[in-house]
Amino acid sequence: MKIDKRQRDGATILDLQGRITIGEGDVALREAVLAAVGEGATNILLNMGRVRSIDSSGVGELVAAYTTVTNRGGKLRLFSMPSRVLGVLQITQLVTVLDILEDEDEAVASVA
Amino acid sequence: MPEPVQQTIRLSIDSRYENIELVQAVLDETLESLPIDEETGYWMGIALREALTNAIKHGNALDPEKKVEVCLAVGESGLDITVEDQGSGFDPGAVADPLAPDNLLKTEGRGIFYMRRFMDKIDYDFGAEGGTKVRLHKEFDASGGSAEANQGGANED
Repeated sequence: MKIDKRQRDGATILDLQGRITIGEGDVALREAVLAAVGEGATNILLNMGRVRSIDSSGVGELVAAYTTVTNRGGKLRLFSMPSRVLGVLQITQLVTVLDILEDEDEAVASVA
Repeated sequence: MPEPVQQTIRLSIDSRYENIELVQAVLDETLESLPIDEETGYWMGIALREALTNAIKHGNALDPEKKVEVCLAVGESGLDITVEDQGSGFDPGAVADPLAPDNLLKTEGRGIFYMRRFMDKIDYDFGAEGGTKVRLHKEFDASGGSAEANQGGANED
């Protein structure tokens, strides 16, 4: 799992690449989100476009990220979801909880 | 009555997460010669990863001295995957429903749900002296793909 961080219009965007799976990607995601929050980020956008796969541990980290950010009064958005990753979230009904946007422009506008 | 097994592949791995990749690679190679389409094979891989995660994390408690035994058994009409740990067992009936409103934001507890969703059948055996064996079954499709397009929900929208 590779994660690059950038800023756009006041939002922190994390570009994720690879698998969000147990033992590697899940830890990387957790650390990246906690680091961003620690640096004062309130609006965090996860670019999922290059995520190849996710398992239940990765899903758990997405939920943890959402809880961490929202509990601090911030907003967490996901965008550019690959169909397989979206499918995993759909069948556990997390699409009703997590804020999922079509693309980066939409995600940025949603936290502006 | 169990159907005749045409090919059996057995693996014994240490309880380390990185070994999940090894087993996934063996599954992927096995699937190449079976009448299972790529999409279904992908979801079977996720199910297998969940079974391995449970065995390594919850069963063997990440003790690298404990083994996880994996068996891929190719039959005439389907593939059986068994994953066996050396832990103390658990009660599948006690696993909380991840779709219950109170559980939606829990960070754990979805693995068995995904396994049930991505495979045609799963069941458990518990050894008298401990250990959990989970058996995952997937039927072949006579048309060359999977028996059911129940994978993942990616096609549900």
